[in-house]
Amino acid sequence: MLTAAASVALMERAGVAAEGAATTGVGYGTDPDLVKIYKPGDVWALTFTGAQRRTATALCDTIIPADAKSPAASKVGVPDFIDEWISAPYPGHADDKRTVVAGLNWIDAEAQKRFGNDFADLVLRQKNAICDDICAFGRAKPEFKQAAGFFRKFRDLTAGGFYSTPEGMKDIGYVGNVPSVNFDGPTPEALKHLGLA
Amino acid sequence: MPHISSSKTQPVYDVIVVGSGAGGGQTAYTLTMEGAKVLMLEAGRNYDPVKETPMFQTNNQAPLRGASTPDKPFGFYDSTVDGGWQVPGEPYTNASGDPARQFWWWRARMLGGRTNHWGRISLRNGPYDFKPHARDGLGFDWPMTYEDLAPYYDKTEMLVGVYGTNEGLENTPDSPAGCLLPPPKMRAGELLAQHRAKKLGIPVMAIHRAVLSAKQDAENLPAKLHPKNAKAQRLIAKAMRERAACFWATACGRGCSIKANYQSTTVHLPPALDTGNLDIVTDAMVRAVTVDENGKATGVSYIDRKTREERTVKARVVVLAASSAESVRILLNSKSPRFPHGLANSSGLVGKYIMDTVGARLGGQIPALENLPVHNEDGAGGAHVYVPWWLYKEQHAGKLGFARGYHIEFESGRRMPGMGSTSGVESMNGGNYGQQFKADARRYYGSFMGFAGRGEMIPNEDSFCELDPTVKDKWGIPVLRFHWKWSEHETRQAAHMQKTFAEIIESMGGKAGKPEATGAAAIEPGGKIIHEVGGTIMGTDAKKSVTNQWCQTWDVKNLFVTDGGAFCSNADKNPTLTIMALAWRSSDYLLEEMRKGNL
Repeated sequence: MLTAAASVALMERAGVAAEGAATTGVGYGTDPDLVKIYKPGDVWALTFTGAQRRTATALCDTIIPADAKSPAASKVGVPDFIDEWISAPYPGHADDKRTVVAGLNWIDAEAQKRFGNDFADLVLRQKNAICDDICAFGRAKPEFKQAAGFFRKFRDLTAGGFYSTPEGMKDIGYVGNVPSVNFDGPTPEALKHLGLA
Repeated sequence: MPHISSSKTQPVYDVIVVGSGAGGGQTAYTLTMEGAKVLMLEAGRNYDPVKETPMFQTNNQAPLRGASTPDKPFGFYDSTVDGGWQVPGEPYTNASGDPARQFWWWRARMLGGRTNHWGRISLRNGPYDFKPHARDGLGFDWPMTYEDLAPYYDKTEMLVGVYGTNEGLENTPDSPAGCLLPPPKMRAGELLAQHRAKKLGIPVMAIHRAVLSAKQDAENLPAKLHPKNAKAQRLIAKAMRERAACFWATACGRGCSIKANYQSTTVHLPPALDTGNLDIVTDAMVRAVTVDENGKATGVSYIDRKTREERTVKARVVVLAASSAESVRILLNSKSPRFPHGLANSSGLVGKYIMDTVGARLGGQIPALENLPVHNEDGAGGAHVYVPWWLYKEQHAGKLGFARGYHIEFESGRRMPGMGSTSGVESMNGGNYGQQFKADARRYYGSFMGFAGRGEMIPNEDSFCELDPTVKDKWGIPVLRFHWKWSEHETRQAAHMQKTFAEIIESMGGKAGKPEATGAAAIEPGGKIIHEVGGTIMGTDAKKSVTNQWCQTWDVKNLFVTDGGAFCSNADKNPTLTIMALAWRSSDYLLEEMRKGNL
């Protein structure tokens, strides 16, 4: 069996006298309908305030703006997804909510401090000035370290939310999930790229 | 006979089979095809992959983009129902608070059990794997040889459909002509690894997986599977025609609505039900095997999970295939004045020598895979290649510091994006955003590869399970308490795995992640690989084993255990194919004994 990708962080270890407490009973449960199409808010309530949603939307679109290949993150529902994520009743998500809410507060306060406006109302150059200070955790100055931790989490959520949409999959070059009679393996161009042609 | 409710069971059956996964499915298939009247009891709910599989759903259509949660540990679209390393209301315990001494027990509460989501990797044990003690003095030899089981490997491969190649490698058996289906072409990263690892002397070859890379030969296979049994041939031919070939999309772990991969629910159970000889009761939580005054099994007692009623059913023969640890639990809970320590336990070995597979992994980033021209790499919904253990000579010469081998599984490809698909990008660019982030996401997508070792664990005295003296599940049934310990054979092997993976990644021009400092840190927890076997080991001596080579318990001759419990060693080869082959062989013996009037 293959190892569960990326599942470990959210897993509770089988502890002494495990009580089966890892499941909360308030999420989608251990037997959800897998065929149904879900959207954020269907299983648990969303919790962003209007102001949080506005700031989150602006930050999503700063991280993934529109370009020739694909739309901006907010055009494919990424803010709703982030809201779903931080509102989820599973271990770890409450921590992410604290990180995201505190980070959105910080970035608005920073925008006010530097430019006298909410983050969502800044022009691109101003948004970039703030994001440049916090986008690289390893290089962030001590006073921006905490905000950089938030930015990393928020970028992961934005990217995960975006690239899992049809628009995002097309952008990144995922062309599977279609039935075919044959599996052809790498194309001649791909083999050439690998030096195996 | 069909799916029935617990109130509709017959007064007595030929055989009761507890469990519906690889062992239970194969047992019920073999028995019903030969005319035995069988009742199958499954603790979980009924499950129909044809109706319930999310074949083309994308992650944005799932809660949390399909990410794993405690409710669905392998992600939302994993087929597992009511399962995981924790099952609500059905706890287990570990005797030690030390994580290194704990066992993770994966269960699935659904018809077909773990066969619905498994990796479909179907490797034969080789000749050495049946006689490990004879080779290095460790563990136990099986009371059979490779040649004894080989005909059943052949039949199992033909029945379930396995792709792969014959490479003639040491202790990595070839299959006779007509057994294997053609392997899918290798993906870009798999090809590159094959090309580069060759220089390291590491053979990358087609893996064997239970996926129909082509339609089964419904004209010729049935007669090979069921000679002189026209009805069985007709039924399995029909079942084979109802299975489609893989259409090269969607991950196998979701299940397969077109029946292109093997799961008990699409391959074993439909033809078994078609015989008219099988009744299936789901939501039947078995508590104990019942016995008469002579110590013969008479049937089982179980709890109907829907009504919470306690019920008993009767049969001439009882077969446990509930998963090796669950079968142990049932035996230990089958206490009576005659059997105060549980049933089939005169040796005191029920629950002893439980094993998992040694697991360790390492990932890396391969620049040659960056900016790869866009193409579809879905393939057969799982790996196309692997590395069989290749250092037999070095190991036999004592050069490695550990006694048994491992194989290598690959994670590669331009897979369906979900949470984490871009998580490696930060390690490449340090962290950015905007247009450059989008460009980097395109560049690095599909350029990360993971290598996972799967190695042999040697059974030891410190790895066992027993009944917890106090804890019961929500049905009032005493639960298992686990004890676990890896030996240095396993931790050294895990360290060797990571070293090898780093070498492969570097041979590909890539940058490997940081290996753990020690094998003990690299090794996955016991149970994490979900290759739970042992606990009712087979042998030649009733004092030193629980069953004979036919998975028949020494103490109770009409009681069999056909899950992984009878394994007395756990080769690096994933156990499912061997469980099925063994269950088929044991079922043939059971039928013969019934015909002779011995059961």
